[in-house]
Amino acid sequence: MSLENLMDTSRIKWINSPGPDSDIVISSRVRFARNIRNVPFPHLLSDNEAKKIVNDVYFTLKENPVLSRDIELYNMSELTAEQKTMLSEMHLISMDLANSEKGAVIVNQDESISIMINEEDHLRIQVMLPGLQLEEALKQIDKIDDLLEEKLDFAFDEKIGYLTACPTNVGTGMRASVMMHLPALTMMDKIGQIFSTISQVGLVVRGIYGEGSQAKGNLYQISNQITLGKSEEDIIQNVVSVARQIIMSERKTRQNLSGEARLRLEDKILRSYGILTNAKLVSSQEALSYISDVRLGVDMGIIKDLKPSVLNELFIMTGPAYIQEISKNATTPLERDLYRANFIREKMQK
Amino acid sequence: MLCEECQMKPATVHITKIVNNEKTQIHLCEDCAKEKHISLSTGLGGFGFDDTGFSVAKLLSSFFETPSKTPLDISDDLECSGCGLTFQGFSKTGRFGCSQCYNTFKGQMNPMLRRIHGKTVHVGKVPKRTGGQLRIRQEINRLKRELQEAVNAEEYERAAVIRDKIKELEQEENSF
Repeated sequence: MSLENLMDTSRIKWINSPGPDSDIVISSRVRFARNIRNVPFPHLLSDNEAKKIVNDVYFTLKENPVLSRDIELYNMSELTAEQKTMLSEMHLISMDLANSEKGAVIVNQDESISIMINEEDHLRIQVMLPGLQLEEALKQIDKIDDLLEEKLDFAFDEKIGYLTACPTNVGTGMRASVMMHLPALTMMDKIGQIFSTISQVGLVVRGIYGEGSQAKGNLYQISNQITLGKSEEDIIQNVVSVARQIIMSERKTRQNLSGEARLRLEDKILRSYGILTNAKLVSSQEALSYISDVRLGVDMGIIKDLKPSVLNELFIMTGPAYIQEISKNATTPLERDLYRANFIREKMQK
Repeated sequence: MLCEECQMKPATVHITKIVNNEKTQIHLCEDCAKEKHISLSTGLGGFGFDDTGFSVAKLLSSFFETPSKTPLDISDDLECSGCGLTFQGFSKTGRFGCSQCYNTFKGQMNPMLRRIHGKTVHVGKVPKRTGGQLRIRQEINRLKRELQEAVNAEEYERAAVIRDKIKELEQEENSF
């Protein structure tokens, strides 16, 4: 599987398949941090030891008849800086992994599974699904974890659980998060309030593109902060119930818009639609906010005949590194903005 | 408010640290914060892995900086036999060197974990092979509940089978 296959967004599950509450929750993600017993953590690892871990993980998965045909390994040392940035735009790797020469990632066909090797921990297993389905993601990641555990000796302490390089991840080693599109709450300045309420129940919110109320694209990630002293199921229940409340208040805020506020919102949405379908040049930053507007328009029924999956796709495909990689010939920022504008128009016409 | 560090630019990064009910506040401008590695994570591709939005490791490490060395402070001399990391080394980066570090720095662990998580004992998943006694103990507890159910339902044959299983596991547990 080449990198070009990875870039083919038509196979990415969280973009294309419908999920529960996917008008607001773009994706759900569960991540497990795991380490091999008696081997130094990645930042102290020699090149040979690092390679051995990559091989051990890869071949353990390859032994599984179902997974073996489904997975592909990418070594960070074999990718260009742009390619690595693109993988991070696609949420398959972190920039920490991109910057590590010892790092590698294993990805499956529909890109719902990504296993980062030699990031901060030896393994960072991730399952990402469309909509709000953290419970299902936990089920799937549990299986992968069990499979790896059959062959690999994970560092585990009877009292404090899975041992991780940073003590903030110790215990379950689990981070459960949901990516939410919250344009109405952002517009009505209610996000700050939610931020502070959520931090009181041990969760963290942040903008995916930029911090706080200036979050571009109105995309936010909500995740658990505490990993020790609670079971995986309890942590997930906590995130799910908070996500449900936010979904409700976002929906309510959308519905309650009336009079001038409603008119101004419709105007904004349709203007953004106009720009995306007509502009000659679009930068990645402005693309994000227009795509967010149009997505809201689709969810509210103001714009018809446009699938939400196209907008999920565009959130990823208009990233600077993705455009650079797919355009090949566009070398200047101007050429990239031109390419991006054409690309968006084409996608939206289909 | 001006940055405490350079006294030149307005402070836009505010950090409140509460250690043992003692509150410390730091106000920095963006540049000085960056220099101190307290960067707010921005930029593309953020969704995913940088879980907390700012460098936890760096912030965390500030918990362990010992401003004044007391004679009681012996933890600095500890060195992990697995990777050679000292507690001071850990304090600088907020990262351990290997899984043995958790054993080496056991004495410092509980207060630190309580500060981060509010708890000190894991109650989640246990790996099948390396979970050791804990796995067996959990299985025994599960079987005991099942045994009680079987007895309550007067299914004595099933109860006998479960009882034998428990015995077997208890022997295994003692052989550790």
